[in-house]
Amino acid sequence: MTDARIVPVTMPKWGLSMQLGKITAWVVAEGDEVKVGDDLADIETEKITGTLEASDAGTVRRIIARVGEDVPVSGTIALIAPADVPDDALDAAVLAAREVIDAGVPDDAGGAAELQTADVGGRKISYAGAGQDGDVILLVHGYGGDRNSWLFLQEPLAARHRVYALDLPGHGTSAKDVGGGSIDVLAGAVTGVLDAVGAGRAHLVGHSLGGAVALAVAARDPGRVASLTLIAPAGFGSEINAGYLRGFADAQTRRELKPVVGQLFADESLVTRQLVDDLLAYKRLDGVDTALHALLETLLDGDAQRGDSAALLAAAGGAVPVTVVWGRADRIIPPAQAESVPGAVRHVIEGAGHMPHMERPAEVQAAIEETIARST
Amino acid sequence: MARNITYREALNEALAQEMERDETVIVMGEDNAGGAGSPGEDDAWGGVLGVTKGLYHKFPGRVLDTPISESAFIGAAIGAATAGLRPVAELMFVDFMGVCFDQIYNQAAKFRYMFGGKAVTPVVIRTMYGAGLRAAAQHSQCLYPLFTHIPGLKVVLPATPYDAKGLLTQAIRDNDPVIFFEHKALYDLSGPVPEEGYALPFGEASVVREGGDVTIVTLGRMVHTSLEAAGQLAGEGVQCEVIDLRTTSPLDEDTVLESVEGTGRLVVVDEAHPRCNIATDISALVARKAFGALRAPIEMVTAPHTPVPFSNALEDIYIPDAQRVVNAVKTVTGWSR
Repeated sequence: MTDARIVPVTMPKWGLSMQLGKITAWVVAEGDEVKVGDDLADIETEKITGTLEASDAGTVRRIIARVGEDVPVSGTIALIAPADVPDDALDAAVLAAREVIDAGVPDDAGGAAELQTADVGGRKISYAGAGQDGDVILLVHGYGGDRNSWLFLQEPLAARHRVYALDLPGHGTSAKDVGGGSIDVLAGAVTGVLDAVGAGRAHLVGHSLGGAVALAVAARDPGRVASLTLIAPAGFGSEINAGYLRGFADAQTRRELKPVVGQLFADESLVTRQLVDDLLAYKRLDGVDTALHALLETLLDGDAQRGDSAALLAAAGGAVPVTVVWGRADRIIPPAQAESVPGAVRHVIEGAGHMPHMERPAEVQAAIEETIARST
Repeated sequence: MARNITYREALNEALAQEMERDETVIVMGEDNAGGAGSPGEDDAWGGVLGVTKGLYHKFPGRVLDTPISESAFIGAAIGAATAGLRPVAELMFVDFMGVCFDQIYNQAAKFRYMFGGKAVTPVVIRTMYGAGLRAAAQHSQCLYPLFTHIPGLKVVLPATPYDAKGLLTQAIRDNDPVIFFEHKALYDLSGPVPEEGYALPFGEASVVREGGDVTIVTLGRMVHTSLEAAGQLAGEGVQCEVIDLRTTSPLDEDTVLESVEGTGRLVVVDEAHPRCNIATDISALVARKAFGALRAPIEMVTAPHTPVPFSNALEDIYIPDAQRVVNAVKTVTGWSR
C-alpha cells in the first residue's frame, strides 16, 4: 500500500523536552506546490512558537493534523507526493498517521539526547549530544542563552553529524561562576566539552557572544577547529545595542524582561510567555545575576562593543572555512558588521533578527552544512 | 538541572541550601528533629510529614525540637529573629496558631514599623493548612485570610514544588516575618525543580495557563482544581486564564487586573470560608479597579461557611472541586443582561 513517492511531513522535535506540538495555523493548503524552505505551518510547543519549513519539495496532497490538535513528535501531519500518486495510497497513509496522532505520546518517549556534564577546571559544564555518525559539531550559544536556543537545529543537523550543544559557564545548568567573565573562561569550557566527547577537531557554530568564544577557541588552538559558522558574532565592530544587554542583565520581572527579549527577534510574537518565564527562572538562579553582570564588562566598553574578534580570527591562521550569518533585522548587533569578517562567506537572512537560528533555521542549517562541506 | 522532586523534597532542599548558605538559619518546632513514629534519631521522620528529614544530622545544633507549646516556641523564634538569627519555626497546623497570636500580630508584625525601621524580624513560620486529610474541624482550616489582614506580615502559599522551593528560599532571606502555608494534600506532588538555589520574589502572581475567555484567580491547592476545570472547559471551547497568586501579602494586583481587562470575566477560587477571604478581596479589587472591563458579575467558588466536617462524605463535598469551577465559569460566560 505504501508508495515510496509519498513523503510525510512530520512534527519536528524542537528541544529535548518536546513531546507534543500543536498546529496553530497551516500556511499551505492541499494542492499547493512547495519548495524546500517554504513555510508549511505554525507550530506551538510548551516552550515556543515556530514555523515548520518544508524539507522536501512537491505537492501538498493531504493535510492530516487539524489546527489546535496536539501531535506527538515525529507524527505525520501532512503528505507531500507527486500528482500521479493515487488517492487510495494517500488515504491509507492518512489512516496510519491518524492512528499515531490519536494514540498520543508513547509511554517510552524520552529525550533522544541525554544531558551530560563535564568537569572543566572545577566548573560543572552541561552539554547534550545528538546524532551517531559523522563529524562533530559544537553549538555555542550567546549571552543569556543556553543549549536550548539550538532547539530547531540540533536534531536536523544530527541526521548527518554528531551534534553537541553546551551551556557556557554562567548559563543554563552549567556552573554559574564565570570568574572575571573573560572570553578565555568561556573558551575553556568549549575546549573542555570537546575533550569530554573525545573530539580532536570539531566544527564550531557560535552565536553572538558564542561567536567570539568560538573564535577564541580557534585562536588558542587552531588545530581543533575544522570550520567556523558565526551567527551575528560579537566583536566585529564597536556598535552594539548596550541598552539590550544591560536591560537583560537588570530585568527582575516578566514586565521588565519581555520587551527586552522582544528586541532579539524580527517577529516579536515568537516571544511566548513560557519563553519569558523560562528566562526569568534562569535569571533567578543563585549566581546568575553576578555572572551576567561580569560578562557585561567583557562585552561592553561604555556603550560600545569591547573585544576584537577580527584579531582572534587572524590568530586562528585563516586555514579553515569561515561563514558569517546575520539577520537583516538584527537590532542587537548591526548586520553591516558582517562586512568586517575577513575572508568569510556571508549570508544575510531576510526576515530574521538577532536569532536567525530560531527564526529561519532551515537557512542557517544550510549555511552550516555548506561550511562543513568546504572544510577538508 | 531541574529534576522532578516532590513538594516535600523541594521544601527540604530549600531549608538545607539556606542552612548551608547562612549559618544564622535555624529550624525549630515540634518533632522537627525526631518525629512521630520515629524509632530513633538516625531514622527520624523530620516533622509530622517529613519536611525537615535529614537536617538534624546535617546541621548539628541548628535543628531544635520544642515542647508542644506553640506560644513558647513561636515567641522564642520571633525573639531570636530580632536578635540576629533567621529562624524557621514549624507550627504543625495553622489551626493552632491562635494561642500565639499576640507574638505574631502584635509583636513580630509591628517591630519594623514601631521602631522606625531600626528593627528587623526575619522569622519564617511554616504551617500546614487545608482540608482533605480526614483531620476534622480543628486541623483542616484555611486561615490565610486572617494573616493577610495584618500589615507587617507576608503571606505565602506555594502550589507547586518549583514555587515551594523558590518562595521558601525568599521567605528565609526576607527581613520581614513570613507566614508560609503548605497544603497537606500537596506534599507528594511532583514537579521540575532546579538543583541550584533560587529565590522567587513575593508579590508576583504566576499565570499558570493562558486563555482569553475567563480569568480564574486562585491559590494553593485550588490552583490544581482550577487547572483541571480549565482543561475540561478547553474541550468545550472555553479558554480560561488561570492565575496563581502565590502570595496574598504582598498581592500582585497588576497581573489580576490586566487579565480581567482582557477577558472581562472573573471567577475566584479559594478554599477558605467565603466571608472576608481571598475571593472577596480579589472580587473587591476587580470591582473597584476593572469595573469597566467586566462583562458579567464576578463568581466566587469557596468552601461553605461551616467548620470542616469530620464525616468523609461531607468533607468531600465541602472542598471546592473542578465541577464547581466549571459551573462558575459557565455562569459568567452564559450571563446576559
